[in-house]
Amino acid sequence: MADHSGYGVNDFAFKIATVNGTGSASANGLLLQALFRMGIPVTGKNVFPSNIQGLPTWYEIRVNKDGYTARSPDFHLVVAMNPQSYARDIQEVVSGGWILYDNTRELDEEFRRDDVTFLGVPLAEMCVEHFEGSRIRILMKNIMYVGVLAGLLDIDMAVIKGMLEEKFSAKQHLMDANFKAIEIGCNYAKKHFKCPLPIRLEPMDETKNCVMVTGNTAAALGCVYAGATVGAWYPITPSTSLMDAFGEFCARFRVDPETGKNNFCIIQAEDELAAAGMVIGASWMGARAFTPTSGPGISLMSEFIGLAYYAEVPSVFFDVQRTGPSTGMPTRTQQGDIMLCAYASHGDTKHLVLFPANPKECFEFAIAAFDLAERFQTPTFVMLDLDIGMNDWMIPKLEWDDNYVPDRGKVLSAAELEGMEKFYRYLDVDGDHIAHRTLPGVHPKGAFFTRGSGHDKYGRYTEGSSEYIEVVDRLLKKVDSAAYHVPAPEVFQSKGQASFGLVSLGGCHWAVLEARDELAAMGINADYLRVRGFPFNQAVDDFLASHDQIFVIEQNRDAQLLRLLVMETDCPKQKLRSITYYGGQPLSKGHVLNGLAEYVELVPVEVAS
Amino acid sequence: MSYIAKPSARHPKMPVNALGLTARDYEGSMSTLCAGCGHDSVTAALVQTFFELDVQPHLVGKLSGIGCSSKTPAYFMSEAHGFNSVHGRMPAIAAGANAANRDLLYVGISGDGDSLSIGLGQFCHAVRRNVDMVYVLENNGVYGLTKGQFSASADVGSRSKTGEVNGQGPIDPVNVALTLGATFVARSFSGDKQQLVPILKAAFSHKGFAFVDVISPCVTFNDHKGSTKSYAHTRSHMHEVIETDFVPLRAEIKTEYAEGSARAVRMHDGSVIRLRKVAEGYDPTDRAAVIEYLGSVARRGEISTGLLYVGEAGLDMHDHANTTDTALVNLGYETLCPGSQTLADLQKEWR
Repeated sequence: MADHSGYGVNDFAFKIATVNGTGSASANGLLLQALFRMGIPVTGKNVFPSNIQGLPTWYEIRVNKDGYTARSPDFHLVVAMNPQSYARDIQEVVSGGWILYDNTRELDEEFRRDDVTFLGVPLAEMCVEHFEGSRIRILMKNIMYVGVLAGLLDIDMAVIKGMLEEKFSAKQHLMDANFKAIEIGCNYAKKHFKCPLPIRLEPMDETKNCVMVTGNTAAALGCVYAGATVGAWYPITPSTSLMDAFGEFCARFRVDPETGKNNFCIIQAEDELAAAGMVIGASWMGARAFTPTSGPGISLMSEFIGLAYYAEVPSVFFDVQRTGPSTGMPTRTQQGDIMLCAYASHGDTKHLVLFPANPKECFEFAIAAFDLAERFQTPTFVMLDLDIGMNDWMIPKLEWDDNYVPDRGKVLSAAELEGMEKFYRYLDVDGDHIAHRTLPGVHPKGAFFTRGSGHDKYGRYTEGSSEYIEVVDRLLKKVDSAAYHVPAPEVFQSKGQASFGLVSLGGCHWAVLEARDELAAMGINADYLRVRGFPFNQAVDDFLASHDQIFVIEQNRDAQLLRLLVMETDCPKQKLRSITYYGGQPLSKGHVLNGLAEYVELVPVEVAS
Repeated sequence: MSYIAKPSARHPKMPVNALGLTARDYEGSMSTLCAGCGHDSVTAALVQTFFELDVQPHLVGKLSGIGCSSKTPAYFMSEAHGFNSVHGRMPAIAAGANAANRDLLYVGISGDGDSLSIGLGQFCHAVRRNVDMVYVLENNGVYGLTKGQFSASADVGSRSKTGEVNGQGPIDPVNVALTLGATFVARSFSGDKQQLVPILKAAFSHKGFAFVDVISPCVTFNDHKGSTKSYAHTRSHMHEVIETDFVPLRAEIKTEYAEGSARAVRMHDGSVIRLRKVAEGYDPTDRAAVIEYLGSVARRGEISTGLLYVGEAGLDMHDHANTTDTALVNLGYETLCPGSQTLADLQKEWR
């Protein structure tokens, strides 16, 4: 973006550059929450290093009165608190923007730009003057920039004060220190700069029915509401906070008030292989069990995933995707595990996969995943990514229907078993491709042998061709029949004749929506289908069939969704064009428009990459 | 695993246990292991143990990994729930199953390849985690199904059927279990049912992880001269450190042993095991001394057997997790779901 056009009241993005481990996360969280409480649609993206302390870290905030929540890389203001990354941070401000920095130590001339305004504030100096002790000075320096921003952007001080009072209700001295730092910062800004800046905030009323939450937290809560009792896991970024949240929710909602004992069991496994095995063992017994992990974990779990598929043990896997391959970039986002999860494990396998686009769907799809896994007696994946999983998202409030009953699938009760002549585990008695299952310990007639080796429909070991084929053919039909039970695709039809179709999934959704609106403003209509589940149902085929040109937008190098569509639908490959971004940041509308511009003549739109 | 259905005919005068079941009711399908395989003797010992302990078959989870040993759960207790999982990963399945349903009795059958090579990590962590289960390792020093490669328990100098000599030091599962804090560690020999059955009974009465290493010769690939896991070698080098009697909970203890020669240990379920020391001065409750003693026996080229170590059960997986006494699978959904009001209240914190 070459100038300020488009920015203004409640419509801009800014970025805070700090040092990892200095407490800036709480300052940034405070800032995001304050804007949210002012009723303004807001997005926060934490861009952090794989490091505990010392490396550069950033926090990006976008406010948008129209409610667009995709990442925007057009930063109108940068809070440059980290000399290590000055060079890069200062370059990232749009022309005409502002740079807020600590001028206790004056900026080197090499960093200067003529086309932006530098706002120097002696943060360190003022902290030394007003606070005692090095640790508190470091923390207050971060809080103080929140104060400066309050002055520059017109953040409601009453809102900030209210939040500090809630946060430090039991610690008056911390409340006092924090508020003092904020006031010092705010007063300095008002005294030395023309406040507010042209980019500024005005209270709105657009967030009252919303909450701010991360996808990992919402997914964990979904597990609680689904009735999951066993969680097995191995720590891995960016999925760790999912199990942390599950533990915290369980500590609040799942402790027996009389005995003080836990109505849940969390096992920290020795590796992801074991975590998957524990999920399968617990599910075999009839518990709802799950594991949260990331791509490297799915790689390790693949052997067990094949077992669960073939032995038909319900199991739920959350893959909070990060940038691969191998260790990749653990703190950057990607959608690189689509293929991996759809067909994980050796031999012929195929799994149910759900693609939430925000934390609200993480909650809903977590519950759906347990229902699907049990109904279809098969591994079920919920694919988050780092952006959805770890960043705070503004979402409509979660709702719960108290009439919900878990779908346990075809599980025989003791009474049903008692009345049976003989039970056979893999016999499809009613033609729906799903056999009845029993839970251990329920009835002597329910016993059967669970095995990953070749078995016939009676559950007996076999090395016979036709007996083997009969079972694996049923498995394919069973999984394919789930296409109408996984979340249906969401279709956005244009009002006018569409020039082409767009297909995307997961967290790409928000950038696609924004780009699509921008296209409409240029007079280009695009229909849009968001895939929410795999296997694909007929609605996906129909959408592909009804458009001559379709752009598949996703966050991986190899166009994995596109390839999956080619393999699993009747759509001719040449109709599909790929738009990918895989650099590790959340998708922004620029990625979509720039990608389209290679194929479609667009009215020039300038977007930063 | 391969199997052959077994006819269910039985003699009308076969003895029955307290549940009215005969020993035949604890059998499984016909074994397809080689004739004379040690594993079949272990299976027979398990059948006798379950029969004599009056175990309800359908309240047992019998698990295994992959390999000859891991086929054996099919050969006992058809009415138990079996899980033949993947190679070396049975402990994870057992841990998850036990987490979900602590009311069942769990027995895992593994082998030296399954537990000491591909599954060494899972074996170690099952010990650490103290999963309440009986873990039987059918140990023959060789990979049978893949035709005779050395396993990680093969002794230095042990000769394979093709004449190859093993140079790598063995992993002794008893030593591993002791070092990692297992509270029930035994070793026996598939050819000595008299010793094995009381040990298995004691193992099932133990709270927490009970480990039983059973030297179980492979007649096809490791029963020749030069093998240290053959029938002949094991018989001639077995050093019974301690004799074990098992007295079930309901039995009245009648005889007392002369002081100094025996000691009684009360198990978690109230049963009593009586240990008669064969080796002088051996204290099966002194972990450090046991490790020391077993080391000296091994250095002589002998194989210590018996219930080698038994200690306080300590905290098992559920104690560590503070899990409710009710099996988690038996908790009703209404106790698990916090409901709409809680969700509404919770979300006030998310603003």
